[in-house]
Amino acid sequence: MLEKILLLLSLSLSVAEGLCKPGVGEAYKVRFSIKTALGDQAYPWNKNEMFLFRAALAFAMRDFTNGEEFGVSDIHPCNETQRVSFWFVVTRPKTMDLVDKGTVEMAIKKSRNRINGAFLLTDKTLEFDGIYPTLAAPVSPDTPPWLIVFGVVMGAVSVGIIALLVYPLVQRKLKKNMDADDEDSDEETGVKTAENGANDGIYNSTFSDDERFTQM
Amino acid sequence: MRLVLPNPGLDLRIPNYEDLEKMEKEDGDRPKWDNKAQYILTCVGFCVGIGNVWRFPYLCQTHGGGAFLIPYIILLVLEGLPLLLLEFGIGQRLRKGSVGVWRAINPYLTGVGIASMLVSLLIGLYYNTLIAWIMWYLFNSFQGPLPWTQCPLNDNRTGFISECQQSSTVDYYFYRVTLNASASITDSGGLQWPIVICLLAAWTVICICYIRGISTSGKAVYVTALLPYVVLAIFLIRGLTLKGAMNGVKYLFTPDVDELMNPTTWLDAGAQVFYAFSLAWGGLISFSSYNPVHNNCMQDAVILTIITGLTSIYAATVTYTVIGFRATDKYDTCISENIRMLLNGFELPEDSITASNYNAALHHLNSSNPDTVFGLDIKTCDMQKLLSEGVEGTGLAFIVFTEAITKMPGSPAWSVLFFIMLLCLGLSTLFGNIEGVVVPLKDLNLFPKKWPQEALTGVTCLVSFIICLLFAQQSGLYWVTLFDNFAGSIPLLTIGLTEMIAVVYIYGIDRFNEDIKFMIGKKPCIFWQISLRFTSPLILLVILVFYLVTQAQQELTYLVWDPDYDEFPTLASVPYPSWINVVIFVLAGIPSLVVPVYALCRLVFVRCKKKMNQAKIFYFV
Repeated sequence: MLEKILLLLSLSLSVAEGLCKPGVGEAYKVRFSIKTALGDQAYPWNKNEMFLFRAALAFAMRDFTNGEEFGVSDIHPCNETQRVSFWFVVTRPKTMDLVDKGTVEMAIKKSRNRINGAFLLTDKTLEFDGIYPTLAAPVSPDTPPWLIVFGVVMGAVSVGIIALLVYPLVQRKLKKNMDADDEDSDEETGVKTAENGANDGIYNSTFSDDERFTQM
Repeated sequence: MRLVLPNPGLDLRIPNYEDLEKMEKEDGDRPKWDNKAQYILTCVGFCVGIGNVWRFPYLCQTHGGGAFLIPYIILLVLEGLPLLLLEFGIGQRLRKGSVGVWRAINPYLTGVGIASMLVSLLIGLYYNTLIAWIMWYLFNSFQGPLPWTQCPLNDNRTGFISECQQSSTVDYYFYRVTLNASASITDSGGLQWPIVICLLAAWTVICICYIRGISTSGKAVYVTALLPYVVLAIFLIRGLTLKGAMNGVKYLFTPDVDELMNPTTWLDAGAQVFYAFSLAWGGLISFSSYNPVHNNCMQDAVILTIITGLTSIYAATVTYTVIGFRATDKYDTCISENIRMLLNGFELPEDSITASNYNAALHHLNSSNPDTVFGLDIKTCDMQKLLSEGVEGTGLAFIVFTEAITKMPGSPAWSVLFFIMLLCLGLSTLFGNIEGVVVPLKDLNLFPKKWPQEALTGVTCLVSFIICLLFAQQSGLYWVTLFDNFAGSIPLLTIGLTEMIAVVYIYGIDRFNEDIKFMIGKKPCIFWQISLRFTSPLILLVILVFYLVTQAQQELTYLVWDPDYDEFPTLASVPYPSWINVVIFVLAGIPSLVVPVYALCRLVFVRCKKKMNQAKIFYFV
């Protein structure tokens, strides 16, 4: 009995070995860049990490197919290199039928974050050859911030212009009121008018000979 | 040499020394500076502009690095300094803006003033467009992450838009998002409304700063002239602490003495000195006419020369620390990418190839498996090439620098600082520019006399804004380049040369010497005599002739941003359409020709008037 079970297991293993061929059929290549991602805190790659990978992938398949009982033994890796990259194929539970590439791809896409999280890696450091991550859209706020800054600047400048234009007018008005008050109370305005504009000592260049040879 | 052309009636047109002393005592209605510092800061702000950040460092580096300082300083002293003294002296003596000064020297020379005004106007138009772009980037810097770090996604969200993918995020942001550049100057497209409102902001800011002439711009200049120095200091400290900064500085200052034998080096140095000092724009003459009569203009000229020279070197150092940082960062990225490809291609463990043993490893792999290595398409990482990339003009500010800033920690803050600095540099130059436009318009009586200064500024800014909408089109970038190449080169050299000849030979160098003696107490020494009479006019003439010759020989082509071009993202070089010759004539020819044409028209007019008067006398007799 024991020999029969052993024979079956070895047969299935050898069949599985035959299933996983790099670059052919339904195989996917995976590449880990643990040292790039984690630097000093990088963990070494060993059989336990491989087991975790197979378990994570089995979880992804279960999640996508909604209950089909994939197990660790349904993920078959091969051609492992020093780079920490290898090929793998997925077979249906209890049979040796290969799951097609499309399904595997969609399953991985769905659970990509979970698989990355299990290994403390990102989309860039845990690469599946041929499966491109869906990119996050660039952050765009509702009101473009530049409009806000522009509004502030234009508001300040407009207020400034209005202030600069209105201020001398207001001053002139106040002065006129004050002058009017003075004139009412002051009776000797006759002298003032006579001397208007004929003060000594102010050089009025309007009447100089500058413009004699007039320009065109 | 006592060569002076006959100039009758000069004494009647200009105030004599007694008049000047009287004017000094009375409070005339001519505006004046609050204090000397305001005047110096305004002149420094006018001379130190965006060109110091994005033109001088490029020239310095391409013409032999540290060795370029030799022709630069020589020409600064021989060409810039005498011209500065000339403009300061004549403005302070005759107490008028540029049109008034030339009209006083000889009414036939009024054309020089008009040409100055036209050149100032044309330059001001495209300069303010650059300010508008700087404002756009400034407004957009108040967010993190900066908008030019990300490419927008394409339709099915699997990658980025191809135009952005092929070029880079900063290129895409400048050419597509900001300018929406069309593929040729004829294809004007529609108005880019973000640029329109930034232009509106730019012209409004200028309007408010200059609204009462120098009484408002003189206050604004305390900020716009001093802030760039503060920001440059901050960037210097930040830049020197960045990785690879010293690569950039070394690249900038490594002297190559052979370049001194090359005549283009001297020509470029001379042209840079001339443009850097904003000579022949008319603004400097105006500014010094508001000075007290006995202000020491010779000292001012020397101070300004020293400050401008030192600022150029200072700005160049800061610029190249940042360029060095960016080049080092790109180089490191390039090497890492190559290492990654080698590791993946040969399935080697991760730490086997590092930056230090990269070259040895590549050599080893290439000798053992050359085919595989070739198939991987390894790019050569060239530090020198990265250091020499796109480092002048708008390319420096909007592409290279913005990219470098995204790699610094706290990028929004650095971006805000950088663009505020560029904004201040540009604004302070524009004050001088608008002075050179508004004051001649007033002198030519083109505005009604009773209009206040506010109305003059407002109308000028409004009309300029409307003309500037030309640059807000999708082909705006190409128009700006066109204006930059033609409006600001030949006419300025012609006007500068005419100014020198007019003052030295028509006004009379002896009279000028006496004026300087009256104003500051001593005659200019032998250095000034020789340089004003011979050296400076000669240098200007040589530069002008060479410029004309090179421009005439050059094919009229320009660079376009064309996503359909084979070698995109390199800019494609396409020839100008034939109607561009008319535009070039308007930009370069008309200001230069105004000088002789005006004199001719006036001659004809005076002759006609004389004939008419003679005919009238005969009639009455």
